Formats: sequence, structure tokens, C-alpha cells
Amino acid sequence: MNWQANRLVSVMDRRGWARFGGLLALACLVPALNLAFEDGSVLHLSGYTVTLLGKYLCYALLALSLDLVWGYAGALSLGHGAFFALGGYSMGMYLMRQIGTRGVYGNALLPDFMVFLDWKELPWYWLGFDHFWFALPMMMLVPGLLALVFGWFAFRSRVSGVYFAIITQAMTYALLLAFFRNDMGFGGNNGMTDFKELAGMDLQLATTRAGLYMASLLALAGGYLVSRVVVSSKLGRVATGIRDAESRLRFLGYRVENFKLFLFVLSAMMAGLAGALYVPQVGIINPGEFSPANSIEVAIWVAVGGRGTLYGAIAGALAVNGFKTVLTGLMPNAWLFFLGSLFVVVTLAMPGGLVGVVASLRSRREKRRAVSRVDTSEVAGEQGDTQDG
Amino acid sequence: MRHFYNYFSRPASVFLLLLAMAAPLQAAPSEAVSFETAAAGLASSSYSDRMEAIKTLGALGDPRAPGLLGSMLESRLYRRVSDDRLVDARREGSAYLLSDPSTGESLGEAGSRDIRKIMVNNSLRGAIRAVLSRMDLFSEDLERRRAAVEAATGYPSNEMAGSLVQALANEDDADLKAAMEIALATSRLLSTDAATRLAGLETLSETTSSEVRSMVSRLTETDADGEFYEPDPRVRGVAAGIMANMETRMRMLENVGKLYQGLSLGSVLLIAAVGLAITFGVMGVINMAHGEMIMLGAYSTFVVQELFRDYLPADLFYLYLPVAVPVAFLVTGLVGIALERGIIRFLYGRPLETLLATWGVSLVLQQAVRTVFGAPNRAVENPFWMTGGFELAGVVTLTWNRLVVIAFALAVLAALGLLLRYTALGLQMRAVTQNREMASAMGIKTGRVDYLTFGLGSAIAGVAGVALSQIGNVSPNLGQSYIIDSFMVVVFGGVGSLWGTLTGAMSLGVINKFLEPVAGAVLGKILVLVFIIIFIQRRPRGLFAMSGRAAED
Repeated sequence: MNWQANRLVSVMDRRGWARFGGLLALACLVPALNLAFEDGSVLHLSGYTVTLLGKYLCYALLALSLDLVWGYAGALSLGHGAFFALGGYSMGMYLMRQIGTRGVYGNALLPDFMVFLDWKELPWYWLGFDHFWFALPMMMLVPGLLALVFGWFAFRSRVSGVYFAIITQAMTYALLLAFFRNDMGFGGNNGMTDFKELAGMDLQLATTRAGLYMASLLALAGGYLVSRVVVSSKLGRVATGIRDAESRLRFLGYRVENFKLFLFVLSAMMAGLAGALYVPQVGIINPGEFSPANSIEVAIWVAVGGRGTLYGAIAGALAVNGFKTVLTGLMPNAWLFFLGSLFVVVTLAMPGGLVGVVASLRSRREKRRAVSRVDTSEVAGEQGDTQDG
Repeated sequence: MRHFYNYFSRPASVFLLLLAMAAPLQAAPSEAVSFETAAAGLASSSYSDRMEAIKTLGALGDPRAPGLLGSMLESRLYRRVSDDRLVDARREGSAYLLSDPSTGESLGEAGSRDIRKIMVNNSLRGAIRAVLSRMDLFSEDLERRRAAVEAATGYPSNEMAGSLVQALANEDDADLKAAMEIALATSRLLSTDAATRLAGLETLSETTSSEVRSMVSRLTETDADGEFYEPDPRVRGVAAGIMANMETRMRMLENVGKLYQGLSLGSVLLIAAVGLAITFGVMGVINMAHGEMIMLGAYSTFVVQELFRDYLPADLFYLYLPVAVPVAFLVTGLVGIALERGIIRFLYGRPLETLLATWGVSLVLQQAVRTVFGAPNRAVENPFWMTGGFELAGVVTLTWNRLVVIAFALAVLAALGLLLRYTALGLQMRAVTQNREMASAMGIKTGRVDYLTFGLGSAIAGVAGVALSQIGNVSPNLGQSYIIDSFMVVVFGGVGSLWGTLTGAMSLGVINKFLEPVAGAVLGKILVLVFIIIFIQRRPRGLFAMSGRAAED
């Protein structure tokens, strides 16, 4: 085994790898149960469920990406929804070009909304999006570029903490307003929808949907491993140091802003990928994805799961969204009450999130076990003492 | 306009016009033509007879004429076959309901064969309108006279000129007199005599209204064949000079207008942000529920309004707003204190957690209000003393509600400044912010000061809600639209500085309004946001940053 593979293996202990593999295998069951069993069978999972779970996986990747910057570099971004949406728009542009002449106006050259606005030619920034090989990297490069420019300015000027949160929120708000404009050439208020196929595969087919689920799963697993490697590397440890004592690291000679910037850009690219996988599964992308409320909600997923753990973010996103689906089905009005209370309860009562709760339960149990072990050994010792004496 | 000129260029019409112009100047209409004979002329089958009849009716000035001509204008004037009487007829099923056009007295029903329609075409309608508005010039009602003069300015004619001269002699109202002079001057521009046109221009040189502008500018333009509309180069020269003058005045007035709109937007931003300047600026609490405090204030206003409507006599209704201010202050102040005692005090020193927790509170408050009051907008009515406004030189409209909000925002800021500067509570607040331990050692109950400060900030947000309910919608999402702007203002102005908040709000408002016409409303807002983002990165502590030890975290 060469050195790099060794490092990859060493990011988790044996138990961690076993859990990782087990969960991955379990997740692979979802499309299998959908495709292998007929409708009506007890083991059949509906196509709706597969897509729903695929959507959760995208959210989980988004939460993971936020945990990377918030949990490990201490920079809470309230604009991660913007990176997610930009990735989504890149995918949406590619899917729009695939519609071709099947749109309402049957225009081969332009998407419907441009025909509607009486545009004559495709804007330059749409060029290349006919090709999947071009669109695919764009889904990560566009958000990455925004993060690079924005982060470079922000971190260089030592904007941190709450100020960073507020200006990232302003960033996504500005993009929200911008994408609402028809002149931007991204479909304005309505966004893009009515997609037909992705890389030649019909989006309505069960196999395509299962494929998208698998792609989301692989992206999440890949994102998790990449994040794990990064945070367990020296770079990640320095970043954690920055989170805990920024000025100390700066005085020690580290270029703090570069570490933060690296994590921020990487995280934005992961968020973009999550958005790109999300769009074909929900079938629409519109400016609403940029709304600041969405970005703040991502922060609560991470907080619920437990920040600074990576798997906590994933667990939090899955748990909150799963519960959201159940609750909005049962009591539509209660969801915002619940979500609001969740923000309050998590910050007040469980700062470590679900992961923290589990860890404290386990340590309490281990302490109890240790105490009982100590009790028995003490008894044994006393017996020994008496024997000695 | 073009149509109008063509119409009057026909020699026959000019002759008619001259006749008509002369008519009102006669001391009394000739005995031979009575109202009845003129009215009967309306039923003539000849177009020119009908035109003549309309003009004669106008010249007679009989009080019965407006009703008659009004009916004719709306194609409801019919001749009853049985007695040749002119009647107003409205179709009702298969029959017609008849009434007297002048008095409105009912004349029973008739079948479609019993009556004959008086035909009107567009040029007759034009003539009727001109006659009607000229008659309005002599109306008893000041408002009607004013409207007639306004119409005369927009559509000048030679006939109107005659009536205006007469009306001017009878007019007592000084404002209206001045307006009549201008209307008269615009009609002079149509004169065939260059000296008269020049005299007209002279009078118009001071005005800026858009109708006058287009009239004057026409004198300097050429038609499709490259011929000047105005034959006399002297008149053209004067007109061009006046146009240039008008342009400068217009630009200045437009800038004044933009400045006013900017200050108006700034005052909205200011009043929305003042509360945040306390909770965030002074205490350092990132209160994302600030917008919801504004929303609660607006809903308090709504409730007070409803109570006034249901339980108090209608003539006291206008007082609801002054009552709503203390009510909103108390309601949101108490909610703020509860919020501080229940949640925020456990999170001091953990700003990001505070941000998330207060965001959660904002979601709960929004949903609670949505549950209680429903999701749609609720209507809050302006009391009479806030409706309407006045116009500045025909270009800028200043509305009372905006002016009241500007004054109110400044008053609230001033009151807050005085409170912080001169009261014991203000002193304690400043002491606790500057050095908590030392203040505590001096015997200040810091916990009490904390919740009072937070309550005060929230209460001011509630008062802001009262003001904002007067200029926008009251909906559960009201706060959301102000929260980001408020943070921008406070951060831009400089945290912890009321003066900075004022400057920040006003300059953002003005920048926004000056950018808007250049870049469009949305793009203007985006540019302002981008500007603030860049600004914060240059000066992370804002425009009026505190310096020295207090500035350190």
C-alpha cells in the first residue's frame, strides 16, 4: 500500500470505516428495492421515495459543506444557499439546452423564456452549456469562483464572526434580487423547469431517478471522504486552530486568510455539486433557492446534528428534513413552530447537537461502567490488603 | 396634437372658430336665438347645423345646457318621435328608460321605435367637450373651475382663449388666476400673430408643467418634411431659450425630488434600524427577530385601529394612531424583555448561537401571527391628517404620510439619544456596555439593565412598526423585508453609534434613489448591497467606528 492510500485509510479508524461501508451499503438498498421489486410488493419502494431520499442526500451534502467552513474554520456562512443555487442554475442551464425544439415555442436556438422576452440570440454566458462535459465542471467552478472572489476580499480584510455571517447573507440576498430580474437571462421569477433529459437519459424514467439517487449518494460519500482527509490533514488542524484562536495562529506566522479561503472555496464547490444534483431530482430551479431563509436553515441542520464532526451535519440534515416531510404532511401549520423552536432548543440546550447528546450519553454509560469496575477492583484490593496484612 | 392642428388649419373651421370666439365676448346673446331653438338644432340631420347648435349652446351659457350636452357626449341623447322632445335614454332590456337630460326627471319608458338617436361623431364630441369645459370655467364650484383650467392648459384652443379672458375677469382665487394666465398663454401660442405668440411665450417662461413644455418644445421642432412648425425665427429663438431654461429648472427640481425620495427611504431605513442600533449596536446582540418586532408593532396598530372602529365613535377614528404608538411600544417592549430573559441572556458572548436562536424566534413569531391574523395583508388606514400631500412646481409630489414618517423617525432618534445621554437608565446602559464587571462592582444590576436595554430596543422596533404600517402592507412577512436592510444600516453606519445610524440610513436612502433612475430599481438595490459588502471589507467597523479600547471586542 503506498503512502497516499495509507493516508486515506488512516482518516478513520477501523470501526469508522465499517460504519461508513455499512451505511453506504444500506443506502444502496434504496434504488435496489425500487427497481428489483414490482409495485405492490411489500419490499417495493416507490419512485417518489427514491427521489425524496435523493433530495435529502443533496441537502446532506450541502450541510456537510457548511460544516467544513463553520465547524472547522469557524466562519459561519449564511450564504451557502447561494452556492447551492448557482450549482443548480448551472445544471438547469444544461438541462434547458437539452430541451431543444421540444419547448412550447419549439425554438432550437433559444430557451422558451428568452423567446418570450423576444431575445434574438443566446447570451454569451450560455455558450457551452449545450455540452455536459462543459456544464459539469461549471457546476462546481461557478460557485467556487464566487467563493474565491468573495472570500478573498472578506478574509483578507479580517471580516469574521457575525460580520462574515451578515455579509454572506447580504451576498445571497443580492443574488436573489439579481436572479429575479428577467434581463439576467436566467428565467427571472419563474426560473427554469420542464426539463426533459440528462445526458440522453429521460428524467421521468425510474432508472434515471435511481441513477440520480446513486450519483447523489456517491457525491455525498466522496464529499465526506474529501472533507475527512482535509480536516485530518495538517491544513485542517491549522484551520481548527484558527477557529479556536485566530490571532494566536496569526502571530505564530500562519497566513490565516489562505487557510480559511481554501476551506471556503472547497465548501462552495461541494455546495454547488449538491445543488446540481438537486435540480434534476426536483425538476425546477428558481431564485427562491437564493433566499436568505434557506441558507440559515442549513445552519440549523448542522447545529442539530452537531457541528465540527462532519457526520453530524449529514445526520442533522437527514433528520430535520425527514421530520419536515412527516410533519408538513400531518400538520402543515406546525412546521414553522417546530423549526423555530428547534433553533432555540438546539442552541440553548444541546450545543453539541445530536452527536453531542449521543457522546455524552455514551460517556456517562462508560463512566458508570468504569465506576463499577473500580468498585469491584477496590473490593478485590481490600481483600488483597487484608490478606497481605 | 397633430390631429388638432390639422383640424384647425381648415379655412372653414377657422372661420367658425372666429365666430365662436367672438360669441362669448358679446354682452348678451342675441334675442333671436333662445335655448330651445338652439337645442332643437341638435336634432338636425345636418352635421354643420348640429355643430352650430353646440356652439350656440355654449355661447348662451344656459344652466340646462351641460346636462343636454353631457347626454349627447355619451351617445344617450334621443329625440322622442311623438313630441320632438330631446330625452336621455338608457337601454333596459328591450325598452328604454327616458329622462330629462337637464333635470334628470324620469319620463317613463319607450320602445325603440318611439325614439330616434341623435348621431354624434368624434369632431362633434370634441366640440362638446370644449364647450363643456368652457362652461365649467364659469361654474360656482372652485374645484370644477380648477379642473377646467387644467384641461384648458393641456388642450388649448382659440375658443377657450375667449372664455378664459372672460373667466379671468370674474375670478377671485389668486392661484386659479395664475393658472388661468398660463392656460391663456398656451392658447396664445396658437395665434396667427407672431407678436401674440411671443407674448404667450413670455408668460410661460416660468412654468415647468409637462403640458406647457411639450407646447413650447413643439415651436422649436420640425415636421416630417423638415419644415418648422413655427414660421417666425424670432419666436423659435425665444422658445429655444425658454426650453433650455426649463430643462435646467426641471433637472434641479428632479434632483430635489430624488433627494426627497432618498430622505424618505432613508427615514424608513432609519426608523427600522434605530431599534437594532440599540440591541445590536449597543448590546452586541444579533437579533434576527428584530424584523418581527417591527411586524408586531404594525399588528398592534392594526388591532388598535380595529378597536377604535368597533367601540368608539367614527369622529374619534383619526386619533387611533397616537394611541397605537404607546400600545406598540408596550407590547413589543414586553415581548423583547421576555425574549431577553427567556433566551438571549443565556447566549451572551456566543453571537452565532444568538443569531440562530433569534432566527428561530422570528419563525415562531411569524407563524404565530399568521395563525392568529391569517396570512393575507391586513389593511391599516391612514388617518385623514396623513392622506394626500402637496405638489412642488408640478414635478415633485410630497405626500403627508412620508413627511410624517421622516419627522417621526428623527423624533424617535432624538428621544433615544437624549435618553442615553441624560437619564440614569441611559447612563447605566452605557456603563454596562463599556465595562460590565466594573459597572457591576459599582452596584448596577447588570441583568436588569440588560433586559431593559433589550426591551427598549424592541419597543422602538415596535414603534417603527406603527410608522411603517402607514406606508406599506401589514403582513406576517413585514419584518423580513426590513431585517437585512436594518443590519446593513447599522453595520454601515458603525456599530454603537446613533449618529452613524442616522448618517448610514440617510446616505443609503439617497444613494439608492439616485441610482434607481440610472440602473433600475432592483439593480440599484443590488449595487447598494454590493457597495456595502465592499465597504464593510474596507472598514469592518463601519463609517463611525469607535476608536480606542472600546472598539476591541
